[in-house]
Amino acid sequence: MKSKWLAGALALTLAVGGASLAQGVTIRLAGDSTAVGEGGRWMKAKAEEWAQKTGNKVEYIDSPADTNDRLALYQQYWAAKSPDVDVYMIDVIWPGIVAPHAADLNQFFSKEEIAQFFPRIIENNTIKGKLTSMPFFTDAGLLYYRTDLLQKYGFKAPPKTWTELSQQAQKIQAGERATNKDFWGFVFQGKAYEGLTCDALEWIYSNGGGTIVDPEGKVTLNNANAIAALNMVKGWIGKIAPPGVTSYAEEEARNAFQAGNAAFMRNWPYAYSLGQSEGSAVKGKFAVTVLPKGAGSEGRNAATLGGWQLMVSAYSKNQKVAAELVKYLTSVEVQKDNAVSLSRLPTRPALYNDKDVLAKNPWFKDLLPVFQNAVSRPSGPAGSKYNQVSETFWTAVHDSITGTASAAQAVRDAAAKITRILR
Amino acid sequence: MLTLRQTRLAWILVIPTLLVVAFVAGYPLAQVFYYSFFKADIAFVDQPKFIGLQNYIYLITQDSDFRGALWNTLRFTFVSVFLETVLGLAIALIINSNFAGRGIVRTAILIPWAIPTVVSAQMWKWMLNDIYGVINVIGVNLHLFSQKIAFLANPHTVLWAMVAVDVWKTTPFMALLLLAGLQLIPADIYEAADIDGANRWQQFWTLTLPLLTPALVVALIFRTLDALRVFDVIFVMVGVNTATRSLAIYNRQTLIDFQDLGYGSTISVAILVLIFIFVLVYMRLVGGPSREN
Repeated sequence: MKSKWLAGALALTLAVGGASLAQGVTIRLAGDSTAVGEGGRWMKAKAEEWAQKTGNKVEYIDSPADTNDRLALYQQYWAAKSPDVDVYMIDVIWPGIVAPHAADLNQFFSKEEIAQFFPRIIENNTIKGKLTSMPFFTDAGLLYYRTDLLQKYGFKAPPKTWTELSQQAQKIQAGERATNKDFWGFVFQGKAYEGLTCDALEWIYSNGGGTIVDPEGKVTLNNANAIAALNMVKGWIGKIAPPGVTSYAEEEARNAFQAGNAAFMRNWPYAYSLGQSEGSAVKGKFAVTVLPKGAGSEGRNAATLGGWQLMVSAYSKNQKVAAELVKYLTSVEVQKDNAVSLSRLPTRPALYNDKDVLAKNPWFKDLLPVFQNAVSRPSGPAGSKYNQVSETFWTAVHDSITGTASAAQAVRDAAAKITRILR
Repeated sequence: MLTLRQTRLAWILVIPTLLVVAFVAGYPLAQVFYYSFFKADIAFVDQPKFIGLQNYIYLITQDSDFRGALWNTLRFTFVSVFLETVLGLAIALIINSNFAGRGIVRTAILIPWAIPTVVSAQMWKWMLNDIYGVINVIGVNLHLFSQKIAFLANPHTVLWAMVAVDVWKTTPFMALLLLAGLQLIPADIYEAADIDGANRWQQFWTLTLPLLTPALVVALIFRTLDALRVFDVIFVMVGVNTATRSLAIYNRQTLIDFQDLGYGSTISVAILVLIFIFVLVYMRLVGGPSREN
């Protein structure tokens, strides 16, 4: 009896040992930059944790902080069909660009596994049936508002529509100017760059103006609702938004809000934990909610989808093991840790009901519908031409909100140009 | 006359240099010319396709973005180089004269030039900020402006803000080159001019300026070519924006952001041609007389 048990244990040990020996490969992971925030260091630690558990090795490849520089670097690997990197962390707008270089993750993930992620992001990451990447963490545009000022000026709830936002902002701004000359009602990202595409997509989509290009690739930008949305924004500038807002990226907007110089702000979730940290002038004085709706029957809430995905390279020699690393990094356990320690948004809806996650980030709960319905930039239909389409779009938006061109003219020209780019 | 052996030796001695030049300059340049006739993406997802002169035809006849970038670049170049030359010459004349603390002043004016452009551009971006920027704070407190100005957001002011930063940064460089030129002018000719009764103003126009021309031409060529390729100041301060997009920024955008290797190469060739034209004009207009001297 005893010897049989021993033999069994021995066989099991051998089998396990053998398996891990056979599996002991090196996976190279091009992840988040370790130069900015905690994200890179955290990701590296998690990947090494996986290596320890499975007996594989991980080499962490650091990357440039700026998204566009990262893409430029990775494109060199892809152009050379390089097997030197097995797993890449990619931006939510890249699936169309990376599709030829990505392994189809449908091979490695079952339908049940995939169904546990936000369907919107899975849809975004699927190009012509190929699942290019798994959602790692997500992002969406939010409305930040000053709870203390809303109360002070007698507003019971944050604005439901853009018109309400404008009215509230005007009243608060007029009142606060008495003591703070630099106070403005609303700040957002108005600089001519990718961030403006995100903001403008929210204005237009929430006003029933569509998503620039529809999923079939038809350019829908030139419509009355889109023009009305841009005219509305132009009306804000100099009135409730500082004239300099058309040169603001995320950080300029956050600086204004966090210094107590704005009543409302459109920004990504990252600004939340920074705003609530020690030394912030608005600590404990603000909350976040969904961005307002546009006017009329077609008005709806909108939040542009952001976030990062994990992709297995089609040129990797160890796709199966690489996919296991992706599976680990996108698992419930790791995503939960990401949410608890870094306040980053999970891509699994189930985690938005998790006790530990909510204890740290109580605002996650109310915003689940926002993240679930986040609107994608047209990176799917635009494919490898996305950057060109986006640049045309943000240029038109910037021209119309700075008054260089009329909204109607800018939108018409941009629609014609995008049609030509996509042809 | 060189003997055959000497000629052969000469060739053997220069060949390594020629190979290095061919490798680091000739090959990439040839590639740029080659791809400018192709429709090609930078990752080579699709096979490059030869399309003849189509890229060039589009560039010349249709591309309004290129025209906008060209116009921005020319305005930036002319205004910034003009101001830098005038201010640089004034500074060079001042620090060429004798006064107490001349050494410290000579060192101090070089500080803007010594700071990396990326750093100084970021610094100016904060200084020009419309809410907390120090320039607006001072301007409003001294009642120079009635209200804070969003220099970097207004399409009418943003290019001139770039010019101001560039002038601040490169005037010292201009002053340094011109100072070197001034110090080559012998002092005795001024003594002679004094005896002849020429005033300072006449001395400047008839002695200083003509004798300074060679140094001035070199400095102008350096600065003009640099300004035509302007990238970092604009990229750091405002990114890619139609009001300030220079040719170099448009080129990078096409090559990297749009991954369009073919058309990006065409733009590179266009920039090369433009710079070539400027050099030619300089050689003709100002290089001629100075060579006779």
